Amino acid sequence: MKPVSTEPAAESAKARWEREVLEPTLTKSPERTGPFTTISGRPIDRLYTEDDIAALNVDSDVAAPGEFPYTRGIHPTGYRGKLWTMRQFAGFGTPEETNERYKQLLAAGGTGLSVAFDLPTLMGRDPDHPLSLGEVGKCGVSIMSLADMERLFEGITLADITTSMTINSPAPMIFAMYLVVAERQGADWKKLSGTIQNDILKEFIAQKEYIFPPRPSMKLITDIFEFCAKDVPRWNTISVSGYHIREAGSTSLQELAFTLRDGIEYVQWGIDAGLDVDDFVPRMSFFFNAHSDFFEEIAKYRAARKIWARVMRDRFGAKDERSLKLRFHTQTAGVSLTAQQPYNNVVRTALQALSAVLGGTNSLHTNSLDEALALPTAAAATLALRTQQVIAHESGVTNVVDPLGGSYFIERLTLDMEEGAYKYFDVIDRMGGMVAAIEAGFPQREIAESSYRFQQAFEKKEKIMVGVNAYVDANEPPFPILYIDDQASDQQLARLADLRKTRDNATVSRTLDVLKDVARAGENTMYPLLDCVRAYATVGEMCDALREVWGEYEEVPSI
Amino acid sequence: MRTIRVVIAKPGLDGHDRGAKVIARALRDAGMEVIYTGLRQTPEMIVAAALQEDADVIGLSILSGAHMHICPRVMELLREKGLTHVQVLVGGIIPDVDIEKLRTMGVTGIFLPGTPMQDIVNFIQTSVPARAEVI
Repeated sequence: MKPVSTEPAAESAKARWEREVLEPTLTKSPERTGPFTTISGRPIDRLYTEDDIAALNVDSDVAAPGEFPYTRGIHPTGYRGKLWTMRQFAGFGTPEETNERYKQLLAAGGTGLSVAFDLPTLMGRDPDHPLSLGEVGKCGVSIMSLADMERLFEGITLADITTSMTINSPAPMIFAMYLVVAERQGADWKKLSGTIQNDILKEFIAQKEYIFPPRPSMKLITDIFEFCAKDVPRWNTISVSGYHIREAGSTSLQELAFTLRDGIEYVQWGIDAGLDVDDFVPRMSFFFNAHSDFFEEIAKYRAARKIWARVMRDRFGAKDERSLKLRFHTQTAGVSLTAQQPYNNVVRTALQALSAVLGGTNSLHTNSLDEALALPTAAAATLALRTQQVIAHESGVTNVVDPLGGSYFIERLTLDMEEGAYKYFDVIDRMGGMVAAIEAGFPQREIAESSYRFQQAFEKKEKIMVGVNAYVDANEPPFPILYIDDQASDQQLARLADLRKTRDNATVSRTLDVLKDVARAGENTMYPLLDCVRAYATVGEMCDALREVWGEYEEVPSI
Repeated sequence: MRTIRVVIAKPGLDGHDRGAKVIARALRDAGMEVIYTGLRQTPEMIVAAALQEDADVIGLSILSGAHMHICPRVMELLREKGLTHVQVLVGGIIPDVDIEKLRTMGVTGIFLPGTPMQDIVNFIQTSVPARAEVI
């Protein structure tokens, strides 16, 4: 038996410092009242030392860049090899107007395109549907049929660029349109690269742009996994998104946990559909928010890579290194932008973008200063891109890989993020997975709670938004914005009427019927969708065909 | 005095319901009776809800830029149904140039991003005339 030591445990360096240095100081000059918490409400200690990372195993938890579990990044050379892709999300009005903005962004040094669609397109409704009233071309570009997709990429060679498309419920229809445009430009599908968001789970959880019920929606996604593995092998089939979860009011940890658990759900459904994990997981990508709490966000990105690598290896037995490496896009937090004193948003965005870079993002969108007021003007969009270029070329942070690795604070936060995420995974696993958890309203409730808590903290001024609940300027000058009138809508409505008169409607009906038959038979919907697109069927018509087969999802409203 | 009754609605195709839900909860915590319609409501559905719920206030959350189509239709339907006593408030992203137009058509409260919830609570409490409980 080991003798019990009677000697007092040696005092840690931190305890000694607290006793000898801190306490006398606190007596003389107490700290501010705080609360010293992150924007997510997590308490932060005044100092982190080696005591805080005693549990950390440097070899297995941190490792080196390019090595499992990739906490320090997926590339051994970080940004010394290749900078992140500067991908600015854009779209408004007619396809021609957006095409012009894309050409400007590419000329200004943007390195990839990112399409923002309007709400009718996102919801699978044609502009002449009653719910499209006032929405056509407002929040993004209106794409009704292949003809619009051809106009959108006129003069842009799809084989030479990568395009990201933020489209979810109608992702298969829009992706099919993109593929047919590429085909007609003479591009080889096998070499085509880009991303479709195609993440329906976060729609049910947060952004609410769903059409079909969860289970057939998941079927459409596994159809794309299967189709791309065979036909478009370099395409990123999904961008599993925390961005919208965060914008809806979640904490940083909830964003991390729900997003990665969504990722796990897609992998499980892919495997259940008969795919091999290493055949489709390498083409999955992720999309996170860069919110305002600088260090909390950096820890989130580092934890995300680490968790994904471990889960893919241990839970799913992935062998291909590419399945283990989490690649992600980041967008700065739209919700942090203020309509008041809009120039302050440039500073917020720069700090948020820097956190994404220090967290090792693979691609980045920086918001424009005017986005709490309207869609960005061309000048505001250019300034947002310049913000990234200043970080990339002037700040010096790209010279070194994961400069914050080994920081007591960052490593402690990273560990806490990881532990917190695994706890959420356990809860969701016990509920039967994410689809079941969503059907039970679990993530939705968690987010609504966090969002209300933040609102209360804001009202009590525990959380400050400069220019909004502090440092208010009562005499703000007017601010010029992009105003989108109804011209785009009128033009798209006229075009739609014209399309329905001039196309071969018999072929449209026939291809839509095949689509319905294939959906009923549970076969892959991508192939009949390509035929519908080639016949110039509209997004609304293709979605209506599937609404007939699968019905529509309706959320039970709750506060 | 009876409790103030508020219908909170999300018209149009947009699903960003964070604002609608937060204000619904804040009004409820302030002692009002809140009916949240949920998403994708047409002006017809919203006015029907206001009629059925005997609402004093309709709060519309609109972020998508569709307000100049949705608000006129809601006001027109309220007139048709004889519900001119119902106050219509709009919260969301509303360009300056539209604010006066919305007021002219009868929208009494327009609340832009960053508005404290308490301001909206106060606005409703002072602007909704007291009504005796109808038995």
